[in-house]
Amino acid sequence: MATMVMNRVLRHESILGVLLVAALVVLAAQSEHFWTTDNLLNQGRLMAEVGLIALPMTFVIVTGGIDLSVGSIFGLCAILLGVFWQNMGMPLPVAMIGALIVGAVAGLGNGFIITRFKVPPLIATLATLALYRGLAEGISQARSVRGYPDWFFVLGQGEVLGVPTQLWLLIVCFAIAAFILGMTTFGRTTYAIGSNEVAARFSGLKVDRAKLLIYGASGLISGLAAVIFVSRVSTTRSDMGTGYELDVITAVVLGGTSIFGGRGTIIGTALGLILMQALKNGLALSGVKGDGTIVVIGAVLIAAILVGNLLSRDGDG
Amino acid sequence: MTAETMTRPVPIRRWKSVFEAYGQEIVILGVIVVLCIGVWLYNPRFLSGNNFLSIFHSNAYIAIAAIGMSLVIISGNIDVSVGSLIGVLGTIAGTMAVNGYPIILCWLVPILIGMVINAGVGVLVAYVRIPSIVVTLGMLSILKGGLISVTGGAWISGMPPEFMIAQFRLFGIPSSVYFMVVLTVLAALWMKYSVFGRTVYAIGGNPEAARVSGIRIQPSIVGVFTIHGLFAGIAAVLFATQLQVIQSTVPPNLELTVITASVVGGVSILGGTGTVIGSTLAAILFAAIGSSLVFLNVSAYWLRAVQGLMILATVLADMARRRRI
Repeated sequence: MATMVMNRVLRHESILGVLLVAALVVLAAQSEHFWTTDNLLNQGRLMAEVGLIALPMTFVIVTGGIDLSVGSIFGLCAILLGVFWQNMGMPLPVAMIGALIVGAVAGLGNGFIITRFKVPPLIATLATLALYRGLAEGISQARSVRGYPDWFFVLGQGEVLGVPTQLWLLIVCFAIAAFILGMTTFGRTTYAIGSNEVAARFSGLKVDRAKLLIYGASGLISGLAAVIFVSRVSTTRSDMGTGYELDVITAVVLGGTSIFGGRGTIIGTALGLILMQALKNGLALSGVKGDGTIVVIGAVLIAAILVGNLLSRDGDG
Repeated sequence: MTAETMTRPVPIRRWKSVFEAYGQEIVILGVIVVLCIGVWLYNPRFLSGNNFLSIFHSNAYIAIAAIGMSLVIISGNIDVSVGSLIGVLGTIAGTMAVNGYPIILCWLVPILIGMVINAGVGVLVAYVRIPSIVVTLGMLSILKGGLISVTGGAWISGMPPEFMIAQFRLFGIPSSVYFMVVLTVLAALWMKYSVFGRTVYAIGGNPEAARVSGIRIQPSIVGVFTIHGLFAGIAAVLFATQLQVIQSTVPPNLELTVITASVVGGVSILGGTGTVIGSTLAAILFAAIGSSLVFLNVSAYWLRAVQGLMILATVLADMARRRRI
């Protein structure tokens, strides 16, 4: 039984792996610029923000929930980083920590509404999507903050040992997330909640505490991604991160995490994320305009789940 | 005597059951009334006929799209691509009108295309069993990306005046308002009294029970999405004709506004409950909030924060009410 489940989990990731290799080969054949170290590292830089948020989102979706507010928390943290530093005169490191705390509090707020008042996650985070984005817009009044000191740009524009700083951060967070979800009691609790929440509760698992932590982590990491993003683009605006929730969810679902919960891995999310970024970049290099690539990503998302569904139904038969 | 004792308690019970059945709708209506009176006390021009009509006129298409969305959500599904669909269909309508196609075709062709596209979505959801949020997430990217790469986001203008159906007036009231009211009432009656309506509630409430009772779930789901496409098409035509120009991009956050209207209107995201009257009232409420900020001299940048708080408050009130009953 366990091996059967394992096989099914792995099957989606193998399909995805094959799809990814095929995409890489085709894209490399299309343009000689694609398969260069500079380009690949730069793509790693560009996908760091969405990639970071996709890690806690995998946990959220594995519990059977969803977090639509990540893009808004991202925007709110970006704005507050600028406000803390420029308008309130905090030292920049303090402002950065402040932004992370705001992110964590915003995420815990989601978790509190979801666990304490039993509001379905889709609605709770739909409401906070509007609320947090509204706070960002209201606080900023459409003013942008610029003029950050040079050392701050190390995070978003600098390199460590020839690799973009944020790519290191993404890899470390990725390893931590994969460890927690795959090898700890907390990870198994996460799967148990997603498979059957009532059963998990009756088995004595601390369901509410786990959910609170997961939504809190989702907010915290969104704040971290926002700080990195501000450092990468050197400015702060209130519309930052608009629509990120859809990019992040697409990467996670493409990676084989079931939207109904109980199934999914961090490796899958990483594959989904890399496939998305490779398609964006490769298509752009072979002359497809930016918006054309979105079409392909949408089609790949549907196709990947479609193929997975058809294959797994054969397997079940 | 017996007749008296028989009839007397009935109205009371009936009122109670009306509140149970339409609690959320009554709450929203109450909030709208309180909001309007409050803003009117501060600034009497808020309730002037012109302002009120323009609130309805410019938001009718959201309410109409929310009717279809409510059906989808009641059936236990969701559609996050409706904003992109409305953007695409509105652009098609405008482009056809500028290129001199017969006006009736400019209205009907986008509606038909919307129905066909969403029927396809329904097939993927019902027969291929891909979760609706995944299919529509994909459709969102496809429609949005496709639209911008074809049109480049250009403005469309110079449509013939007889194309502007949303601006037609009868007794001084724009046609979009009539569309909103008539479609809401028709859809509400149809959902309550038709076999199809009851089927949709049954599927959303408990798909397994519905299947065992002999309901054919798969064609019904395709039907729900097709009807949703119909309403999205009508909404798109009104959207395209309410101003003199159309920007051929996807209106920002439209899908979330539409879903929010349905959900705040009392449609349970878990499926099986809710009415289209509630979603239309919620769409009106959002429009009223937006307009009242202007009259209260509050910066428009706070609009979304206020909306978010309103959604939270409504949802929490709904949770409390359900627990009490």
